[in-house]
Amino acid sequence: MDLSFSAEHDAFRAEVRAFLKTNLPPHLRAKADVDAHFEMPEIMEWHRILYKKGWVAPHWPNEHGGPGWDAARRFILTEELELAGTPGLSPFGLIMVGPLIMQFGTDAQKARFLPKILSGEEVWCQGYSEPNAGSDLASLKLRADDDGKGNFVLNGQKTWTTYAQYADWIFVLARTDSSGPKHKGISFLLVPMKTKGLVVKPFLSIGNTLAFSETFFEDVLVPRENLVGPLHGGWSLAKALLGHERTFIASVGASTRLLARVKRIAAETRTPAGVLFDDPIVRAKIAAMEIKLEGLRMANYRAIAGAQLGHAPGPESSLLKIRGSEILQQLFELAMSIMGHDSLSWFNGASSVPPIEEWVPSQWAYYRASTIYGGSNEIQRNVIAKMILNLPGA
Amino acid sequence: MNFELSTDQKLLVETVRAFVQKESPPGRLRSLRSDALGFSRDLWRKMGELGWLALPFPERFGGLEQSFVEVSLVLEQLGAGLVPEPYLGAIVFAGGLLAEAGTDAQREQWLAPLATGESLLAVAHAERGSRFEPSSVATTATATGDGYVLRGEKHFVLWGNAADAFIVSARTAGATHEARGVSLFLVPKAAAGLRVDALATTDGHRAARLTFDGAHVARDAVVGSVDDGVRPLSLAIDRATAGASAEAVGVMREALNLTVAYLGTREQFGVKIGTFQALQHRAVDMFIETELARSMAMLAALRAESKDDEERVRAVSAAKAHVAASGRFVTAQAIQLHGGIGISDEHDIGLYFKRMHALATLFGDEEHHLARFAARKAFATLET
Ligand SMILES: Cc1cc2nc3c(=O)[nH]c(=O)nc-3n(C[C@H](O)[C@H](O)[C@H](O)COP(=O)(O)OP(=O)(O)OC[C@H]3O[C@@H](n4cnc5c(N)ncnc54)[C@H](O)[C@@H]3O)c2cc1C
Ligand SMILES: Cc1cc2nc3c(=O)[nH]c(=O)nc-3n(C[C@H](O)[C@H](O)[C@H](O)COP(=O)(O)OP(=O)(O)OC[C@H]3O[C@@H](n4cnc5c(N)ncnc54)[C@H](O)[C@@H]3O)c2cc1C
Repeated sequence: MDLSFSAEHDAFRAEVRAFLKTNLPPHLRAKADVDAHFEMPEIMEWHRILYKKGWVAPHWPNEHGGPGWDAARRFILTEELELAGTPGLSPFGLIMVGPLIMQFGTDAQKARFLPKILSGEEVWCQGYSEPNAGSDLASLKLRADDDGKGNFVLNGQKTWTTYAQYADWIFVLARTDSSGPKHKGISFLLVPMKTKGLVVKPFLSIGNTLAFSETFFEDVLVPRENLVGPLHGGWSLAKALLGHERTFIASVGASTRLLARVKRIAAETRTPAGVLFDDPIVRAKIAAMEIKLEGLRMANYRAIAGAQLGHAPGPESSLLKIRGSEILQQLFELAMSIMGHDSLSWFNGASSVPPIEEWVPSQWAYYRASTIYGGSNEIQRNVIAKMILNLPGA
Repeated sequence: MNFELSTDQKLLVETVRAFVQKESPPGRLRSLRSDALGFSRDLWRKMGELGWLALPFPERFGGLEQSFVEVSLVLEQLGAGLVPEPYLGAIVFAGGLLAEAGTDAQREQWLAPLATGESLLAVAHAERGSRFEPSSVATTATATGDGYVLRGEKHFVLWGNAADAFIVSARTAGATHEARGVSLFLVPKAAAGLRVDALATTDGHRAARLTFDGAHVARDAVVGSVDDGVRPLSLAIDRATAGASAEAVGVMREALNLTVAYLGTREQFGVKIGTFQALQHRAVDMFIETELARSMAMLAALRAESKDDEERVRAVSAAKAHVAASGRFVTAQAIQLHGGIGISDEHDIGLYFKRMHALATLFGDEEHHLARFAARKAFATLET
């Protein structure tokens, strides 16, 4: 057992830091410094910068344009980017559908889609959930009927589609067969957003951001070549993709950064006795969070070390997701509590509260979602009960 | 002991409940976002006509002189409906402070129009860095020949955007955090040297930041005695804290109702999600927290006007600490059990979550009241 990184890895970390110093544009840095909300165009701007450097997809293999690094190097880059507060890249192409196409796609699909995901020319969104298919994803109803001329015809609705309004493509799970068991008649399709009959309606989250959309399909024609994997065999693809999604939502980097932000807020918050960071109760609370986060980080390291030895992330990733999402929420709650009256400021601009606090209330509200999306924490607990603890009937 | 409501009290609850359901569904908050005022003057006047705004005030100033229990009953119903009209800030807090500490002339001038809904008052006491301590005041009031000149800044003055006048705490003597030396002043919003900047708050309400840049007030603007403003201010904050606890119970109760209803209708995996024991137990915990919070809010309501500091502070702080923790748990779980729809602004449950945060924070959050509770003599005794 060994916790240290090699000299080569340490050197790489230094290289990443040096790169960030000179390549994060000032207007993005200004936002990163106070952890403000990044808009999609800003996220894509940063995507292109990392693309030029060859760092946009650390986990992609060489043959598909990735750097072909080992797990430790990939981890270091991701960690450094998160610690610097750079815009979080859209995961739908890079982390979800990209790796899926590598694994299950045809050569033509790989050639058509992967380069544009990498370059950021095409932005993706995820069309899984429907109004009546959330936790029970297999009951989805979006229909994809064969028109006999080499196309699927899509009818139905998706919902909670994050950032659909910016996307060029959506990957959907659609029902191609309703005769057998629910999960045996689902197919995985790639659909251009600009297709006739596809309508996106963005709506507000409780954080007052236009995060997600309803996506409607009315006689949307999709050529058969946009089917990934076997017809009716989309369920195993869906599950493979959720595995990718889950490790990414442990959010250790985001929480580490948020913890530092909590400390800064506490250090800036005056009280009759001084500043809140010197208050022993506040310190103890922050310390408790730091320790919880350290536990999560170590568990994440173990998962990464396992991955380096070639173990695929299994149901253990549910543990990372549950604890990671809870820590993120608790840190936002702590920030709100430390802010006191400032936590009541809602989109009043920087003059009413310190800039570092400005986005906290909106993010605090929005991140109630972290225990819901990507498979709710209740569902994750069911997974652990069944797959790890082998509890009867679970 | 008897916790039953009297016939009159039951009637009051029923009328407020029916009024709220008819006039102010929770989603109203959403449509008021684009409204500069943030609430309806008409509705406020209607509440005045029904007598609710007059409940706590002395009869000789146009009030109904009811106990704090009546006030709490109204607040709980307003909380359940997320009614934005400024009952807590203007009637309980500002009106209560003026009723208690104001001169007869001040009360004559302000209480009757407050009780009919014609004019609004707000208390401006918190400052950046004052945390929740009423004695922590840096704003100064310097005596001049015929009055005082005010300099400083006040933060998150509840419904300060709509107030016609402010009761402002300012230092007439002593150092920034000393209890003595703070005085209260009645300052009209039109006073020269006073700037009012409206702020939106997390729960969809409004507040204001006040900047006093040499604002001049006459000598008769002093509320209560010079240098002795902290005591009446603290008493008013205690009542407002008890009031926030009552309102929070309404918020929790309705968030629980909405959630239980959702568990009984939403289907996943071919069954109502309310059949999952994991969710049943969560709903039961939400119910338990709500009932305990309600019990504590009752204790606070019964003690809110006690002149015995020990008894009042203990009850009020215990209630607020409990209600803040319970309320955060209940409303956060309410969102969780709604799943994705709970994160959508279109659904009301998020409005309950955000209102609960404001009620948990205003007049001191959980930590503040735990510390205040632990600082009382009774806590330090080692006997049972
Ligand atoms: C901010 C946000 C962004 C999202 N982005 C996307 C996206 O880009 N693309 C996409 O396809 N989807 C997206 N989603 C949808 C997300 O995956 C679903 O919200 C999630 O799967 C839960 O489904 P649901 O909302 O229908 O809740 P439901 O399934 O109705 O669940 C309601 C409650 O019941 C609980 N529950 C359900 N079943 C069980 C059970 N068997 N045992 C115990 N408890 C149970 C849940 O945990 C939850 O608490 C997003 C959601 C949010 C909130
Ligand atoms: C100190 C002590 C003194 C006692 N004295 C007496 C006595 O004087 N006379 C007497 O008759 N009995 C007595 N009891 C027995 C007591 O009533 C039982 O222990 C109790 O009813 C639980 O039953 P069990 O121990 O068989 O646990 P189980 O019933 O086997 O329960 C095990 C666990 O499963 C949980 N569980 C069970 N069913 C469900 C369900 N449907 N949903 C969710 N969770 C469930 C339980 O809550 C518990 O956590 C005593 C027990 C103790 C510990």
